[in-house]
Amino acid sequence: MIAKILKYQLRDVMRSKWIIAYALFFLGLTDILFRFGGDGVRVATSMMNVVLIVIPLASIILGAFYLYNTREYIEMLLCHPVKRHQLFWGMFLGLGLPLVLAFTGGVMVPFIYHGAGPEAWTAAGMLAFTGSMLTVIFVGIAYYLALRFDDRIKGLGLALVICLFFTVIYDGIILLVIYMFANYPLEKPVLALSLFNPIDLGRILLLLQFDISALMGLTGAVFRDFFGTVLGMAIALGSLLLWLFVPVYGGFRRFLYKDF
Amino acid sequence: MIKFKGINGWIVILLAVAGTMTTATPPSVEASSLSPGQTNRVFNIGEGEEYSRISDALEQVSDRDTIRIHPGVYREHQLIVAQSVVIIGIDRPVIDAGHQGEGFRIVADSVHIEGLEIRNVPTSHSRDHAAIRFDRVSGGKIIDNRFDDTFFGIYLARSHGVEIRDNQLRAYQTREAVSANGIHLWNSNHAVIAGNIINGHRDGIYLEYVENSEIYDNHAVNNIRYGLHFMFSDDCTYHRNRFEDNGAGVAVMYSKRVMMEDNEFLQNWGASSYGLLLKEITDSEIKHNNFSGNTTGIRAEGSDRVKIHYNRFQRNGWAIRITASSMDNMITQNNFIDNAFDVSTNSRQNNSTFEANYWDKYSGYDLKGDGYGDVPYRPVRLFSLIVERNPMALMLLRSMFVQILDLTERIMPTITPETLVDEKPLMSEVSL
Repeated sequence: MIAKILKYQLRDVMRSKWIIAYALFFLGLTDILFRFGGDGVRVATSMMNVVLIVIPLASIILGAFYLYNTREYIEMLLCHPVKRHQLFWGMFLGLGLPLVLAFTGGVMVPFIYHGAGPEAWTAAGMLAFTGSMLTVIFVGIAYYLALRFDDRIKGLGLALVICLFFTVIYDGIILLVIYMFANYPLEKPVLALSLFNPIDLGRILLLLQFDISALMGLTGAVFRDFFGTVLGMAIALGSLLLWLFVPVYGGFRRFLYKDF
Repeated sequence: MIKFKGINGWIVILLAVAGTMTTATPPSVEASSLSPGQTNRVFNIGEGEEYSRISDALEQVSDRDTIRIHPGVYREHQLIVAQSVVIIGIDRPVIDAGHQGEGFRIVADSVHIEGLEIRNVPTSHSRDHAAIRFDRVSGGKIIDNRFDDTFFGIYLARSHGVEIRDNQLRAYQTREAVSANGIHLWNSNHAVIAGNIINGHRDGIYLEYVENSEIYDNHAVNNIRYGLHFMFSDDCTYHRNRFEDNGAGVAVMYSKRVMMEDNEFLQNWGASSYGLLLKEITDSEIKHNNFSGNTTGIRAEGSDRVKIHYNRFQRNGWAIRITASSMDNMITQNNFIDNAFDVSTNSRQNNSTFEANYWDKYSGYDLKGDGYGDVPYRPVRLFSLIVERNPMALMLLRSMFVQILDLTERIMPTITPETLVDEKPLMSEVSL
């Protein structure tokens, strides 16, 4: 049943063309960077900024919009013998999957036809992975918000605020903490703080791939020692998965018992 | 010269043949009975030759003699060379000090050592054991030797005009305290150090109180501390050297009139690691060097009147970190490409000049079309200042928040040094 809903969803998403535009945006940008910048590692580095800013914003806005716009469709389907949990997963994957595919396709295709060395490929792979994780995480948050608030202005507003919070405000708070407690050993608290923001987490994971030499200072060594180990990687991945699980599960629970 | 040696060889062989045929006395007696200076003799060492041990021959030689060491392994140490001789290894014989003591100690002028492999000179906490040590001599050559697992490789103490060329040195210690320098010069002037490959020592090349020396075409890689380390060494020239993967890069300290040209500083990573550390360097010139993949390309502390030009800084964490205690330095015509931070400093004061460099982050325009951007470029980002004061903040590198901070600071500089500015940044890369 999930597959059936997913199929309809995918067809619907494809028909609306914006997903094509989304893919073309990444494709065009990566291609242009290749034409100007040259080697693959540089392209991946430049794309990192875009990925960390555009993806959370696009995913959360599109996610919220999408759920608000398909309200009638959902209500209509729920009149039929469709299980709620099946419908939810169908809806979630129906948006998350095309977004992930559009993004990875858009980024990876230029790497294929421009050709890139093994180092660039690991960078691109890491980029694709982080971008995909951020996509599903923020779609999950958007679904939760859209199901929590029936007022779409409120929902969309909150989506924007959350996005802004994670991309900008959170880092401001970290900087403040670092300044206020400059005389204390901050390595562990800051490491912990970085786990509570999926964008920061993604950024650090990517940084360890790219700007390795800058990070190799004292701070870098701390981060590398942590994220370089199996345990550190497991914790980083674990917290990313937790970031995925918590909002999606929250949205799922709401969807099951929501009075549409 | 070759012909000359050939004749010598024949004389010795004839003498040897005559000696064994007539009197059956050891050839050494025959050889040493000749008055020194009259003819230059050749001593052959090896299995089936006149001498089986190098030390025996060294007791018999006089000035301008030649010692030819034939292939084999010689388990000898503490070989004292007290005459100006030429020591030549044929097909690279091995001198194995067997962790007993130093290799050669040279106390005569103009000794020439070529084609040997010296092994297993022991670590010592009280003595500076070296594979080859020059002690208070003038002149000498060490050419095309291999050093394997030696404590110090080549050690010059108060020895002037020595040439060290095309040697390969390899050591295997992993801790600073138990390792020593590959090529170590102390109080030795007019040295030439060229074409050596130094791997795994404490410092690749170490110079202290060395003047008017030339260091070129060397390759220092994987050394525990510095690839090149020099102190109190004025008027030296370093060119075409390659320093790679060394623990802390290259350190030059307390020296005047140093010339560094065409060197490569690569992949020196670590908290206190630098491509090139300048400490109290004055009136020097750094040009046509390549700094790539270092945590810090150049760190300058208390360095005055240093010209840094025509260098390439690529993919470093910090391209240049310069403290406010450095004065009147000229940084021009360099390429800054893909560095996380171009320039970083510790103060609002700046006493050096940055002019006409190419910065890949420059976003200005050139309406006049003279090749220089019309808008000045400020290479010090607010964030680099924050990181300088608070290293932990580095975790926010490339964060959106930091980019916004940088942008506002760039428009209205209030914290970054006002005078550290490139008034005419280049629009395209300097061709080097």
